[in-house]
Amino acid sequence: MTDDVILQVKDLKAYFKLDEGLLKAVDGVSFDLRKGETLGIVGESGSGKSVTNLAIMKLIPTPPGRIAGGQVIFDGKDLIPMNDNEIRQIRGNKISMIFQDPMTSLNPFLRISTQMVETIVLHQGLDKKAAKEKAIEMLKLAGIPAPENRIDQYPHQFSGGMRQRVMIAMALSCNPEILIADEPTTALDVTIQAQILELINELSQRLGTAVILITHSLGVVAGMCDNICVMYAGRVVEKGSADEIFADPKHPYTVGLIKSVPRLDKENKQRLYSIPGQPPNVINLPECCPFFPRCDRAMDICKSKYPPVADLGNGRTVSCWLYGEGK
Amino acid sequence: MTRFIVRRLLSTIPTLFVIITLSFFLIRMAPGGPFAREKKVPPEILQNLLKKYHMDEPLPQQYFRYLGDVLRFDLGPSFKYKDQTVNDLLGTTFPVSLTLGVMALAVATFLGVLVGIISALKQNKWQDYAAMSVAVLGISIPLFVVGPVLMLVFALILDWLPTSGWIGSRAGWATVVMPVMTLMLPPFAYIARMSRGSIIEVIRSDYVRTARAKGLKENVVITKHVLKGALLPVVTYLGPAFAGIVTGSVVVERIFDIPGIGKIFVQSAFNRDYTVIMGDVIVYSLILISANFIVDVLYGILDPRITYK
Ligand SMILES: Nc1ncnc2c1ncn2[C@@H]1O[C@H](COP(=O)(O)OP(=O)(O)OP(=O)(O)O)[C@@H](O)[C@H]1O
Ligand SMILES: [Mg+2]
Repeated sequence: MTDDVILQVKDLKAYFKLDEGLLKAVDGVSFDLRKGETLGIVGESGSGKSVTNLAIMKLIPTPPGRIAGGQVIFDGKDLIPMNDNEIRQIRGNKISMIFQDPMTSLNPFLRISTQMVETIVLHQGLDKKAAKEKAIEMLKLAGIPAPENRIDQYPHQFSGGMRQRVMIAMALSCNPEILIADEPTTALDVTIQAQILELINELSQRLGTAVILITHSLGVVAGMCDNICVMYAGRVVEKGSADEIFADPKHPYTVGLIKSVPRLDKENKQRLYSIPGQPPNVINLPECCPFFPRCDRAMDICKSKYPPVADLGNGRTVSCWLYGEGK
Repeated sequence: MTRFIVRRLLSTIPTLFVIITLSFFLIRMAPGGPFAREKKVPPEILQNLLKKYHMDEPLPQQYFRYLGDVLRFDLGPSFKYKDQTVNDLLGTTFPVSLTLGVMALAVATFLGVLVGIISALKQNKWQDYAAMSVAVLGISIPLFVVGPVLMLVFALILDWLPTSGWIGSRAGWATVVMPVMTLMLPPFAYIARMSRGSIIEVIRSDYVRTARAKGLKENVVITKHVLKGALLPVVTYLGPAFAGIVTGSVVVERIFDIPGIGKIFVQSAFNRDYTVIMGDVIVYSLILISANFIVDVLYGILDPRITYK
């Protein structure tokens, strides 16, 4: 089972040194990504989802940020100690990324063709003409009508949904093994959200690309992901297969997240659940379970020590004093 | 685009008309007149002078006569420089000032952008602090201090450069160095600070993160993705910067004794040389209007989001 693991994140730490103190945005995150798999990373705002994935690509703004430890093993090699030249061979080529806000993620001053062609020329060694043909083909795959005309336009001539399609086409143009999609639909219209998710799903399956899908909401990942990582305050609190997590969530935070997904099969009369309280400020976090102030099952030990990772077998882990040796 | 250009050009006509009208009457309201200082002029001769320059006519009539002349590109005779028309005066002095101004602005833009890029890329390192200290000095020290100090050091002490004169003189192109350095300092300093700020901002933007995530080399990221967006505000500033250069050049031309428009501008104001003052005003307005016009067109070319209709 481990042979088809293509990305192994081990105890990854990314800290920001701010005036207010040390912000441990990511503090010991581990997960595996298998070939062709779709992994969902879920958590509230500020839980460190984006920073985790920027750290994988070594794109954390330094200073104030830095990778404080851990390994990111891709293709048998650790990316963290790589120099700029080596990591650039990976970026956009083996691992691509699309971002939350398609309105600002494309360069407004350059034509779509320029932005797509430069990536393809860089990584695939095609000449400009062939690269442009490849770009048109990718745009067509991504559902852009009349791509041979639209490719010479500028980003502002595209709607938000269309721009995200362009981002997807661009990200997949070099046939990456991994696509990281950081909340690709949050900034879009609800009606367009489903289309974009469906597009990512379809293309990644067709091209055999593994996907890390970052999102706020479990509702989004439910239909799409094989496995799920739930993050809270810079750590993974629970992970496992999507089916198991939905059927039997262990961590009280996961339970809360599932309860807060709007569902059509239940009566719509009751108000939508939301987890009480606010996500913690991760600056100078004390040694405790960061979720205990909001947890309805908190115990004394939760206030004094961070829970260890309990392995429940079958790739399922949870960090909570209710489980494993802490029980 | 063509329609926009034509419309902009047409719209300068009413602007110029208002400027000419206001200046014409404002100047006449100032006390004194072109012949006020020539004390011992017998009344008959004064009367003849006034008649010769049509100053015995009622003011509105003079105004319309002047407008008519301007429409024929005739700015009239000078009251003080005998036998010279305003067209002659401006024709010999304006090219000198324009050359000085354009050189100063070109140097200011080039060096300003260069220093801005270096500062931004070396943010909070010594290069950045050094460059920004120079920029603060450049903005805060007045030209009439910078000019003489440069002259003292490079002309009098080191004897590298001539103290005064212009390209036509024996010293040739060496004469331009100090005036250009003096005049370019404020816009240089401003452009350096502005481009530093906007480069730092653009470097943090989402689309630059995208460019990095694509695996582009850092120098490609900077030259292809950062600079264009970051330098647009600099283009916008070039219009007002040219205005600053024009006014600054009056001072600099005096310091370095350059035969530019600045000298006759100051003298004509003292002499109440009405026609020359009006000529200066028209030339300065045209410079500013065309500088802003060029900036607008340039902006439209550089920023694809702007479409002119
Ligand atoms: N460049 C930065 N400088 C300082 N702090 C940062 C920076 N980037 C992220 N952080 C901090 O790191 C923490 C984690 O941020 P991150 O963006 O990973 O959250 P997220 O889970 O992606 O949230 P969201 O759902 O809102 O995107 C936050 O507290 C954030 O303020
Ligand atoms: Mg995020």
